[in-house]
Amino acid sequence: METLERIVAEHPFFAGLEEQYLQLLAGCASNVRFEGGKYILREGEEASQFFLIRHGKVALEIAAPHRGRLIVETLGEGDILGWSWLIPPYHWRLDARAVDLTRAIALDGKCLRTKCEQNHDLGYELLKRFAHIMERRLETTRFQLLDVYAAHK
Amino acid sequence: MATLPTDPMVPDPYRVGQVWKETSDTFTLALEPAHSAACSGFSPGQFSMLYVFGVGELPISISGDPEEPGRLIYTVRSVGQATHALVSRKPGEMVGVRGPFGGCWPLAEARGKDVVLVAGGLGLAPLRPVIYQVLRHREDYGRLIVLYGGRSPRDLLYRKELAAWARQPDTQVLPTVDYGGLSWRGHVGVVTTLFRYVRLQPARTVAMLCGPEIMMRFVTRELESCGLQEPDIYLSMERNMKCAVGFCGHCQYGPYFICKDGPVFPYSKVRSLLEKHEI
Amino acid sequence: MAEKTQALVEAGQIERLIEVLHRRGYEVVGPTVRDAAIVYDRLEKLADLPVGWTDEQEAGSYRLKRREDGALFGYVVGPQSWKKYLHPADVRLFSAQRQGETFRILSNPDPPPPGRYALLCVRACELAAIAVQDRVLLHDRYRDPIYQGRREGIFIVAVNCTQPAATCFCTSMGTGPRAHAGFDLALTELVGPDHHRILIEVGSEVGAEVLAELEHFEASDDVEREAEQAVGRARSQIQRRMDTTGIRDLLYSNFDHPRWDDVAQRCLACANCTMVCPTCFCTTVEEVSDVTGDHAERWRRWDSCFTQSFSYIHGGSVRSSAKSRYRQWMTHKLASWIDQFGSSGCVGCGRCITWCPVGIDITEEVGAIRGATASAGENDHGNT
Repeated sequence: METLERIVAEHPFFAGLEEQYLQLLAGCASNVRFEGGKYILREGEEASQFFLIRHGKVALEIAAPHRGRLIVETLGEGDILGWSWLIPPYHWRLDARAVDLTRAIALDGKCLRTKCEQNHDLGYELLKRFAHIMERRLETTRFQLLDVYAAHK
Repeated sequence: MATLPTDPMVPDPYRVGQVWKETSDTFTLALEPAHSAACSGFSPGQFSMLYVFGVGELPISISGDPEEPGRLIYTVRSVGQATHALVSRKPGEMVGVRGPFGGCWPLAEARGKDVVLVAGGLGLAPLRPVIYQVLRHREDYGRLIVLYGGRSPRDLLYRKELAAWARQPDTQVLPTVDYGGLSWRGHVGVVTTLFRYVRLQPARTVAMLCGPEIMMRFVTRELESCGLQEPDIYLSMERNMKCAVGFCGHCQYGPYFICKDGPVFPYSKVRSLLEKHEI
Repeated sequence: MAEKTQALVEAGQIERLIEVLHRRGYEVVGPTVRDAAIVYDRLEKLADLPVGWTDEQEAGSYRLKRREDGALFGYVVGPQSWKKYLHPADVRLFSAQRQGETFRILSNPDPPPPGRYALLCVRACELAAIAVQDRVLLHDRYRDPIYQGRREGIFIVAVNCTQPAATCFCTSMGTGPRAHAGFDLALTELVGPDHHRILIEVGSEVGAEVLAELEHFEASDDVEREAEQAVGRARSQIQRRMDTTGIRDLLYSNFDHPRWDDVAQRCLACANCTMVCPTCFCTTVEEVSDVTGDHAERWRRWDSCFTQSFSYIHGGSVRSSAKSRYRQWMTHKLASWIDQFGSSGCVGCGRCITWCPVGIDITEEVGAIRGATASAGENDHGNT
């Protein structure tokens, strides 16, 4: 069975991180699983963790009063779920629900946050990586907004 | 490819055999030759000019199996007067057919390689003949990967076939939607978000793209970041068409006539044109 | 190169030429004065020609003036070109008749004209334009049967220019002022104080047969020299120039040149240039039905890339700005055409310059994009 450290070290998101930081991350990591239908995180709650999805599918949702629940994106194997733990005020902006049985590595974001404040090099390394994710999400969201498949009359 | 009639501007009469409703505004028609004439053959990627009496003509990609003779299949979205008239045809009514026109998807270049099809919206229709060909001649090709983005689950085409194709060996079919409801258990997100779920081998891959131009631009960027080279990426381009035989001048795209130089182009030929506004 | 047969006729023999062509079953069409312009129409007799007329052309300006002599061909080109006959503006492709749930295609296109045309007074630039349209409509992937039906068997009487208009630039495009090939007969009119004759060069066997029916004499060396000089004078009087060096790459690589914005402020997108241009070939196809809805016809009509709807797809036009449409026209004419058909689409006839209501000059636009100063004859646009 793979150790948490190996899983973290081998994940492309953490590629290039110094050995000591990888160990630190592994020290904050734990295995978690969510049954299909269970909510992993809720809008407005304190963001204290983030997740490395190993298996399954997670739906990012927003609830609108008269439109019900809307899925804005799904994440799957290999994706990172959650970055609000790194950006004040550290609250989740969306709901995340496991669509099917989902297995993930949970990382203690609160602990890492403190470590990042103490060690700005670590902070910079993590922020660089999350900036990349945010940039990708922004691009795909803009593409989504263009609604290219609608019939434009 | 069938030989064209003497006058390329005069259609052949075809009869509507069957009509299927795909989505709220999209229908598939099967046309058969009206008289005992042989049905026109075609290559995947080609299109016909379909004539509706009293209304006009439309360029529509042929969407059926090139090795299933006897009829021509077209998937049409009703967006205006002419398309509405076309999808309103009932079995037994007549439609004029000119063609087939245009070049075809690079099935020859893709032999021995993985075939990656990226379709957006109605763009799956011109790619469906490729899927039929690859599945018929499975041993001639590597993996078949179909990435398909639609607006919502209700707007996806050929849902039963998508499921059947996904069950084929060495075949990955990943549909995704821009907007998903709770009953949708598939992917939600633009079609470029599907690339992280496929492992491409760029040196032995040919990619074929069809969909709105904006979508194809995002996808080519994604394919290049996966390591694919310009000559291995093919796009089906679209412009206004009146004649389909290179005379009316409407379909010009830079120096190319989409009706005769396309509609399928390698990315290397159109990259600089895609970047230009109002060309 | 074999020496072409030449002969000399009195100018009055043109009347005989028209008769001969009629007798041989041709419909003779050529220049005539109408509505203060020289247009193309049926010619019954010599007097139908613009005898003693000349044209004065500049950017955005066209006037007819009386000459001091009685020259038959003392002008150049007007607002019409030979595509009026070869690639007509309105043609029925086929008609269809409703029959219950179905319809029957009657496949009765517009019949070709009853006889073949004899084009009288085709300038060298126009010969080049016909050759350009031949390449597009006959020698590409498909052949246009309408053009083919009208083009085959026509008789061409070319006329070498002995004076240019100010808007001519055939020398820059290598298309004139002398006609070298593609004609059955080529005329050079020689008007002097004591003579009015025409040197005729034979270009084909049919041309030779027609010449044989005219009263003609041997052309002396003096006459041939006089003709050379007359055409040479035209050549030297041409004012406008277009530098075509590397023009294809020049236009391809200047898609965002600020000059396009400059032109866009002047261009009205009126489409005059495409209507008068002898090589423009774009058409559209329209469905026409009768009141009962039982009979429908498909008509092919001239169209222009300057129209808003030319590039319409999916609820909008790709080229919605006038800027993009002018750029499309000019880039197609001078650059893309080379990739598409192996030659420039422009023959230097100058019509687009003359008939542009705001006097946009394609030679000047090319010069501006090159960054060179404009040639003599430039209009001042008052731009700061």
